Amino acid sequence: MSHQNCRHLLGSLSDYVDGELADEVCAEIDRHLEECENCRIVVDSLRKTIYLYKVTSGPPSVPEEVRQRLYLSLDLEEFIERKANSEMGKA
Amino acid sequence: MNQEKRVEEFSLEALRAGNKAEFARLVEAYSGVIYRLALKVVEDPQDAEDVLQETFIKAYRALPNFDGRSSLSTWLYRIATNEALMTLRRRKSASVANTISIEEPSPNEENEQEPIQIVDWCCLPETEMMSTEARAYMEKAIETLSPALRTVFLLRDIEGLSTQETAEVLNVSEVVVKTRLSRARMRLRELLSEYFGERAARRSTPEGENS
Repeated sequence: MSHQNCRHLLGSLSDYVDGELADEVCAEIDRHLEECENCRIVVDSLRKTIYLYKVTSGPPSVPEEVRQRLYLSLDLEEFIERKANSEMGKA
Repeated sequence: MNQEKRVEEFSLEALRAGNKAEFARLVEAYSGVIYRLALKVVEDPQDAEDVLQETFIKAYRALPNFDGRSSLSTWLYRIATNEALMTLRRRKSASVANTISIEEPSPNEENEQEPIQIVDWCCLPETEMMSTEARAYMEKAIETLSPALRTVFLLRDIEGLSTQETAEVLNVSEVVVKTRLSRARMRLRELLSEYFGERAARRSTPEGENS
């Protein structure tokens, strides 16, 4: 397919990898990808990019000292539940 | 390794009435995601901690008037994102270059950029793609995005919010979310292709291993 076609599809690739496109647009891209290696590479590397950011983002967590200061700032020290340390007496 | 959707099992009645035990449960459930988001938007542990504290201080004050139209998580993300963007704005206005808008993509992010890097690096082993060095590069790549693109990418692809939830958090239309997400992803793809493409090329020697 022409280069023009690749350019025309670019803006849809993000929705395409999310599976959020209308069936006919999706089918159009599928057809194009079968014939266009460059676009296949772009789609594969786009998927891989999203995947890598997802898996390396780590679990949601707060460092313990940050958590303790958070509870103190919210006047919730009685709910900290972890081992009490001398810091807490200052609240 | 997808984000598990948090089940919202909080008593709105207790939260609105200022019940501290219930509020502590809310803090425990959401402080991790809020801190992770804040850290990636403001890129500074001290500022991220301030954003975290401000978010829950403001939430506690606003809870009596929380109408429940959006979910608690969307509402918290919204407060946190506003706080984080405000931090960036303060930082910007304290520096010389204070003409750049925080909420809008920068002019060169406005246009759909054509991919320049067409390199197949997907064959690289995961251990190499997830090395400490690669992760540091990926962090840097996110930092090159304008806050407008970065927040959309983080909310959608890291925090796992839907397009609609992200639109609610940022108070923009779903079309805007999709457009910004597309630009952010394509830009990151470009940067990662530059980095990993080079490594893939080095590997593809005649006796190079393919996995």
